[in-house]
Amino acid sequence: MTQLKEKLLSSFIAFEDQKDIDSYVHGIRTKAIKTFEKEGFPTKKLENWKYTSLKKTLNYDYKLFPSETKALEFKDIKKYLIDDVESYKIIFVDGKYSSHLSETTHDGMDICILSSALNQSKYDLLIENYFDKISKKDGITSLNTAFSSEGSFIHIPKNVQVDKPIQVIYFSTGKNESVFYQPRNLIIVGENSQVEIIERHQSLSENSVLVNSVSEIYCNVRSVVKHYKVQNDKINASLIDNTFVSQERNSDYSLHTFSLGGELTRNNLSIAQNGERIESTINGITIIGENQHVDHNTLIHHKKPNCNSYQDYKGIFGGNSVGVFNGQVMVEKEAQKTNAFQSNNNVLISDKATINTKPQLEIFADDVKCSHGCTVGQLDQNALFYLRSRGIPEKEATALLMYGFANKVLGSVGIPQVKNRINDIIAKKLGVKIGFDI
Amino acid sequence: MLEIKNLHAKVEEKDILNGINLEIKPGEVHAIMGPNGSGKSTLASVITGKEEYEMTDGQILFENENLEDVSPEERAHKGIFMSFQYPIEIPGVTTTNFIKTAINETRKAQGEKEMSAKDMLQKLREKCDLLDIDQKFLSRSINDGFSGGEKKRNEIFQMAMLEPKLAILDETDSGLDIDALKIVANGVNKLKSKDNAVLVITHYQRLLDHIVPDFVHVLFDGKIVKSGGKELAFELEEKGYDWIKEEIKS
Repeated sequence: MTQLKEKLLSSFIAFEDQKDIDSYVHGIRTKAIKTFEKEGFPTKKLENWKYTSLKKTLNYDYKLFPSETKALEFKDIKKYLIDDVESYKIIFVDGKYSSHLSETTHDGMDICILSSALNQSKYDLLIENYFDKISKKDGITSLNTAFSSEGSFIHIPKNVQVDKPIQVIYFSTGKNESVFYQPRNLIIVGENSQVEIIERHQSLSENSVLVNSVSEIYCNVRSVVKHYKVQNDKINASLIDNTFVSQERNSDYSLHTFSLGGELTRNNLSIAQNGERIESTINGITIIGENQHVDHNTLIHHKKPNCNSYQDYKGIFGGNSVGVFNGQVMVEKEAQKTNAFQSNNNVLISDKATINTKPQLEIFADDVKCSHGCTVGQLDQNALFYLRSRGIPEKEATALLMYGFANKVLGSVGIPQVKNRINDIIAKKLGVKIGFDI
Repeated sequence: MLEIKNLHAKVEEKDILNGINLEIKPGEVHAIMGPNGSGKSTLASVITGKEEYEMTDGQILFENENLEDVSPEERAHKGIFMSFQYPIEIPGVTTTNFIKTAINETRKAQGEKEMSAKDMLQKLREKCDLLDIDQKFLSRSINDGFSGGEKKRNEIFQMAMLEPKLAILDETDSGLDIDALKIVANGVNKLKSKDNAVLVITHYQRLLDHIVPDFVHVLFDGKIVKSGGKELAFELEEKGYDWIKEEIKS
């Protein structure tokens, strides 16, 4: 851990040397590396990291910049795309933008990459207004900020309904090395605009990969943003996903997080409601086994009156897997008539799996409706017998029950192709060939 | 078809069945009646292979094959079906999805191809009509939020779709009003043939007005203490179970 920290600190100088030191972002990066130097990586001593240790994850000998990048063809990545729907694509391979795999646009909106936004003066104002404005200034986020140079840049001006979903996918190929990536997304959705984003990190490498991703998402007045995170990485890949959402009045942000793969996944999700009549919906399905670890750390900050938030996270844990749900809902005194709903339901299918669930409601307003509930249970044996007595073998019956458990969350997925893909991944993961849908 | 010989079974260290003998032939309808706690539902569960029930002695043969160590799904594949006394609610899994999976898994086990979507749809429609079921109910989660009557009707619908050789109806009449009872009984009667058999388990005689048994057996303390024709059911309805208890004592 200390070794990696030292390596990062010394690499920063070389990294920043290549950049324009007069730029606005240079100042931010320099400040950020100082924060990282001071804070370091989070440890279990921090209340928010009590159940998730990065010790093992940080112990690999990571390269901070891959020494070579492998050229990928469309056929190599096809199966990781939702390819049966028209979409914009922003594809990165080993931290570098891959133009031939991507499909971007500057026609009436910018669906492109952060490096080009940072390097062109016409975007200066946007960068100054939005870059690193809502991200947390903790160690892990600051580390990303210090090294932030590439990622997706999505800028939708006002009154635009983006005609097709945007897929943002980061591939890593690291042939003979472990790599630590710091991708950075900046997403600005203008007044009364609508967009759908599908995000994925995918390792194609046999070596360890660690991704520390930061996304800043701005939902302006009356905008609608539908966001999907597909977390189904290889077993030797870990992800720390830091997502910060800022919502203005009457906006509607929804996120589905599908945590089905990877070694360690930590989602730090923070949503700030800055106006009235805002809707925030966050849903999650986690299905893991073996020694996998998934931690959802969410914060919904209700600052203004008449807003709603819904959280529904469901988890199924097998093997020696560990799940963590830490859901914080904060309702400020001004935020009267808030309606905040939180639910976290878990099924343990192995004696050795663990779930730590901790709802945290901090309510300072008096006229609110807030509810939360968390459950931890086993699969219903009577239901299992019922299905088996109809001729459905035990494995398929178990899969069907698990699917049924997670299905409520899947039901709210707006893009049918995404839903189908997740269904397929779940079926494959459960080792069954039954169709879940009709 | 079904031969039960000297069946003893216990659940959680408690002996429930104490030596049951029963033979059911194709085309027959048998009824098992008895007071609460006599072991009726246990018998149904043991035949379908519920694992909490431990067979301690005796045999169950289905088409001359010993069912010991045969899993519930394999028993279903062989053609045994039970309509549950308390059907289970399974949120998130639609009835269609469930039935489709059940039929195709059974076909797979029998070495047959999956049923085509067209045939499946046609069959679903046909059986919905038979049981006067609105097709909309097929896209609802299994039994989720169903009334008692709807649940029982769903059981018989599943039976109609799966076309078992032996159908065990465990207290199918409980929770049904008279109209629903008629629909359910009518459905069962229409599904009856010379090749299949029905075992009706009931506390009351009223279902037997509609599904007429060839044989009636009285279960008491885990044993069949009396067998007879359908008239035995009327006798029980009229006199209750006490006279049987008296008879055993004396």
